[in-house]
Amino acid sequence: MAPAKKRNVSSKANAKKIKIDFEGIVERVLKSRKHANDVFDVLEFLQSEKEKDVICAVDACCKLFCTLLKRKDLFIGKLPGEDEAIKGEHSPDEKYKIFMRHRYNNCVEILLEHLHHETHEVKESALCCLMKFAAEQGLHPLEDLDWSEYFSFPRELIQAVVHNILSQSLDNSLLISRFQEFLEMDDIRYYVMSFIRDNVATVMNKSKGAVLPVYQSNVFTLMLNINMPSQETELTNFMVKQETKHEDWKAAKLHDHKRAFERMWLGFLKYKLPNSMYKKILVVLHDSILPHMSKPTLMIDFLTAAYDVGGAISLLALNGLFVLIHQHNLDYPDFYKKLYNLLEPSVFHVKYRARFFHLANLFLSSSHLPVYLVAAFAKRLARLALTAPPTALLIVLPFIYNLIRRHPSCRVLIHKPSSEDELLEDPYVMEEVDPALCHALESSLWEIKTLQKHYHPDVAKAAMLINTPMTEQEDDISEVLEITSYELMERDLKPTESKSFPLEFETAAHLLEGRGEVLGRHFCLA
Amino acid sequence: MGKAPKKKNLADKVRKAKAATEIKNNPFEVKINRKKFDVLGRKSKHDVGLPGVSRSKAIIKRKETLLKEYKQKNKSNKFIDRRLGEYDAKMAPEDKILQRFAIERQRAHGKRDVYNLNEEEELTHYGQSLAEIEKFNDTVGSDDESEEKGLLSAELTASHFGGGGGLLRKKTSGGYQEDEQGGQKIKSRQELIEELIQKSKQEKRERQVQKEEAQELTEKLDQDWKSIQALMVKKTPKAENVDKPEEKAKPEEYDMMVRELGFEMKAQPSEKMKSPEELAKEEKEKLQKLEADRLRRMMGDEGGDGVQSQVHMSADDLNDGFVLDKDDKKTLAYQDGKWNIEEETEDDKEEEGESEEEEGSEAEGENEEDDDDEDDVEEEEEEGSGEDEDGHSDLESEQESENEENDEEEEASSSRQQQQQQTLNREELKARQEAAKAELPYTFAAPESYEDLKDLLHGHTPDNQRLIVARTQKCNHPSLAAGNKLKLQKLVGFLMEYMGELATRSPPELGTIDKLIPELYALCQMFPEAAGKSMQSILGDAAHSMEEAVEVKGHAAFPTLDMLIYLKVTALLFPTSDFRHPVTTPALLFISLTLTKCLVRSLQDLTSGLVLCCLAVEYVSLSKRFLPELINFLSGTLHLAVQDKASAGCMVVPPFRLSGKYSDLLVLSNSESCSSWRKENLPLSATQQLELKSDLNKDHYRLNCLSTCLDLVKRCCLLYKDLTSFTHIFQPIRTLLSKHLSSQMLPSPLQELHSEILEAISSASVTHTRLVFEKKKPIPLKLFTPKIVEVLDYGKKRGSTREEREKERLKHKYKKEFKGALREIRKDSRFLAREKLSEVMNRDAERKRKVKELLGSLATQEGEWKALKRKKRK
Repeated sequence: MAPAKKRNVSSKANAKKIKIDFEGIVERVLKSRKHANDVFDVLEFLQSEKEKDVICAVDACCKLFCTLLKRKDLFIGKLPGEDEAIKGEHSPDEKYKIFMRHRYNNCVEILLEHLHHETHEVKESALCCLMKFAAEQGLHPLEDLDWSEYFSFPRELIQAVVHNILSQSLDNSLLISRFQEFLEMDDIRYYVMSFIRDNVATVMNKSKGAVLPVYQSNVFTLMLNINMPSQETELTNFMVKQETKHEDWKAAKLHDHKRAFERMWLGFLKYKLPNSMYKKILVVLHDSILPHMSKPTLMIDFLTAAYDVGGAISLLALNGLFVLIHQHNLDYPDFYKKLYNLLEPSVFHVKYRARFFHLANLFLSSSHLPVYLVAAFAKRLARLALTAPPTALLIVLPFIYNLIRRHPSCRVLIHKPSSEDELLEDPYVMEEVDPALCHALESSLWEIKTLQKHYHPDVAKAAMLINTPMTEQEDDISEVLEITSYELMERDLKPTESKSFPLEFETAAHLLEGRGEVLGRHFCLA
Repeated sequence: MGKAPKKKNLADKVRKAKAATEIKNNPFEVKINRKKFDVLGRKSKHDVGLPGVSRSKAIIKRKETLLKEYKQKNKSNKFIDRRLGEYDAKMAPEDKILQRFAIERQRAHGKRDVYNLNEEEELTHYGQSLAEIEKFNDTVGSDDESEEKGLLSAELTASHFGGGGGLLRKKTSGGYQEDEQGGQKIKSRQELIEELIQKSKQEKRERQVQKEEAQELTEKLDQDWKSIQALMVKKTPKAENVDKPEEKAKPEEYDMMVRELGFEMKAQPSEKMKSPEELAKEEKEKLQKLEADRLRRMMGDEGGDGVQSQVHMSADDLNDGFVLDKDDKKTLAYQDGKWNIEEETEDDKEEEGESEEEEGSEAEGENEEDDDDEDDVEEEEEEGSGEDEDGHSDLESEQESENEENDEEEEASSSRQQQQQQTLNREELKARQEAAKAELPYTFAAPESYEDLKDLLHGHTPDNQRLIVARTQKCNHPSLAAGNKLKLQKLVGFLMEYMGELATRSPPELGTIDKLIPELYALCQMFPEAAGKSMQSILGDAAHSMEEAVEVKGHAAFPTLDMLIYLKVTALLFPTSDFRHPVTTPALLFISLTLTKCLVRSLQDLTSGLVLCCLAVEYVSLSKRFLPELINFLSGTLHLAVQDKASAGCMVVPPFRLSGKYSDLLVLSNSESCSSWRKENLPLSATQQLELKSDLNKDHYRLNCLSTCLDLVKRCCLLYKDLTSFTHIFQPIRTLLSKHLSSQMLPSPLQELHSEILEAISSASVTHTRLVFEKKKPIPLKLFTPKIVEVLDYGKKRGSTREEREKERLKHKYKKEFKGALREIRKDSRFLAREKLSEVMNRDAERKRKVKELLGSLATQEGEWKALKRKKRK
């Protein structure tokens, strides 16, 4: 130990030498049991402050213990305490193995600690090392394989890794993405899923319902990185091959995978989530969670809860609900009423606008909907369009037109010839929550008439369409769903040959003075 | 063939006698042309022909022309009648006679003129030469020589009429004359005549010299008198004339007219209109000259020419050394006018009343005065408007000076700006003092890069920067050199970039931007495309970065002041009311994007937002187009001022939130501060940095924002009151104002605005007619009546182009003419053949007759001889 300290002092000058030394130590330790105590040097460096040293030490440890594992130079079975072992009557060989096993355990502990290190490189090398150990341990189990039902798998090690990855204080998303490559292996995936569930249950129970954003986001990232196989035959990539009864191994069955997956998610979603997490989950729910569950309908509670939250979360819950309704025969009472009440000015401003309109388009595409409902939707959307930005208007207007096209009896909204030119107030009641009672059918879409005066030429043109009978062909709104303001601007910014630049004829003499000056009335040049 | 025409000829003669109607009625003369189709409405000229008539006409014509030619053939002498107009059919016989007579007279006259020494005959009237009278410049008016013409000296008469007379005398007095003129005796007649001619010529020369001398003398006399007259006129005091205008003889109407006509503006050849290129060239030359001057002065050698010492040079200065002095301007103008008039009227208007002259001249002089005054005013204005140009105001383009006039008017309107003006004046004074040493160059090379422009403008006052840009623009006018257009186009972009940079400096140099605006406008007028493109790229970049920020964070920061300035400049340069405009439409979209995506987190943000709202209102003020984001932002801003957020019922549209950290930005910290508040214009720089120390200041600032917001709401109400959904659009604002933001909390000016808005909203009509489709024009049924097309030329090919038709027509015409010509030629040859035949026949007949005659005579001779013989035999 003394020389180690010496080296520690002089290590600044000769980092290279240290590395050579590491290799030398590893070789020495492996060569003869005499130098077994040199392991401490390596472990010393493993705890060093300097990242470079740590990484080198991790490499050395990895090499050392992997070789030892392969040689079966580590004690197998229930490990006696170190002191006991020295005192006890063990053969020197066994003593050595016990000693090495203890060093191995020390090393694993340190490496697990390193998973919380500040620098990513350290974390990453520690993780890789641990996973290598796990792989070796899988091949050369350290436990006794006495009982027959036992499937050899380094559970403790993996569990510890998962436990440490799911940090409550650090955002480990980078490490998790590194960990993802190990998740490709089916058995690891299976066990990790179950470990996650256990971990979530223990941690969340400890926090007693409070939200733990960092932890939950770590868990979520890890869970999101789990790529589920879609078919049984894809389950071929295993870290540990079971010689016997491989077929009976749960990790080799897709059904069990699905169960584990489902239980993991349900276990996670049981607890209260931060809003951003809610949105993230809902965004991916329909295509990366629901299909891999054995019983997707179990998600219904979560989705209904989310749907009732309101705002953007409700919008996002729609997608999952749609999958359930569409593919799993879910019956959802007052679905349309709720959908109707989701229509608020914010609908046009949220990020998930495109998704919402895509779904709303799907929900309202049924021709069996009652006319009053469709009219209510059209009218409400039109009213809301009065506050919408042009990008949203380019979606909403064709959307309304499509509604009217699908339900020709809604045409009275834009064309209701009457014998005399009666003037009437808008009978539509915006505040009414029930689409059946809002008198939308008795109203007209004056809002679209207003939008004919919209400043953007495309919107104004789109609004002009109600002046004439509409074509039968439905507009394809999928093109405009994702349009951004910049794209809209580019339409005018694109250089075309024939474009001319008309000029203001009124001579500009000053910044803030001129005909119809508004800015100058309230602001001054200062 | 030979006989027929002869008979016809006879028949023709007979026919000629007959009346035309008779011929036409004669069925034997008439040939009816059969028509294949009878077409309604077609008038045909040729349904009836008179072959006999036309044939006889043709024959007569040939006889007159062809036959004559034929007969003249191979004959060398001809009889040509050279009398005037003999072959001119157009000339009336009387004219012919008259002209012939005139020529005869002329000829006779010419003969007589052989001895006329005056070379040309002068036409006279009452003894005065007509030519002189026509010239109206008979100033001398002496009639001494014209008399001479009438008088014929004995000698002259003798010589004129008496070649013969002289000879006669010689003959009669030949005896005693012989001794006297012994030497001369030898002189032949020829010599005599020559002598005579010489004599008379000499006499004439002398006369001419005399005449010239006399004329000179009279002219001199005239001039002398004129100078005296001028003095006399000056001495007659004007006042006297004014005192007793009644005494003044009423001018006769005729005189008045004459005078009027005399004063009437005569069309004078004005200077040629200069083309823009020439103007630009002149401008450049001027600048170059000034630059040269400046350089020379910089070097320190004082030029002797007076131009330099002249303090001010008007744009109207003719550079003739004429200095307008304010003190004696009136009299000068007066005299000026009089002089002018004298020059104009010196020939024939001297008799006219002097007082009238004075009046006229005064009028003219006054006009001139007015002009001068105007000039002066302009000059003074230019001087006063803070231009430290050292009297080179003529450099400024007209437009600029106009602008300045406008500026002055506008500036006069607001007291604050007057203050500015005053400070400007002070600055200007200072600048003038410094101007001598730091005078701007007059020519600038166009900047090649943005850095160049920055270097060029660096360290100059705003006014000078403007001047520099203006001069750069003039020096590089596109008509001066080929590459200038490109340079100036680049300059537009650089200038815009520079404005942006000025706005981003801290503190922002908005005054400079303000000064540069006219230049940018002028450049933009020259290169709309370059200006539009650079503005587009600015907008596009800004929008792109904002879009990216939105993508990452879901919201964006408010644009910096330079973007706000760019948006404002866009509104100044391009029409905002266009339905679709390549610059203003994206600009509006950008405003909308910022109003929807930028979170209001501080009073600065709010100020930026309000600036954008102001701009948005400006953009749509003419077109009255609906901008939902504007209303959203304004209602959101009002919501910020609501104290009690808890009370539900207000609808807030993103980017605003119902509650949150920044949702009470405009809530006053102390309601007392309302009383001390007064409306002030917010500074534009507040969008960048805002330091409000005390709570009171903050509250005042909040109230300013609120007042701006309310005013904008009011403007929006007025703008959008015709929209069908007006009430629904303003519903949120109405609830906010009426329920949550009660007017009691506000200062009185805001209370007024508050009530006005509420009134405007509630007064709008809430009822509308139902929507119906626009009435479509019914599609007409298919009609089966034939389409009637006017056909103008029958039988012509239709459906070809005009050229083709014309070609076709010409071809046809040519063919027709060709055929006609062939026919004529054939007829001619036939006629000639006939003539020849008849000639031959005649000749034969003659010969036969002669032979017969001869034979007859011979036979008689023979018979006689035989009879004689028989007698002898017997």
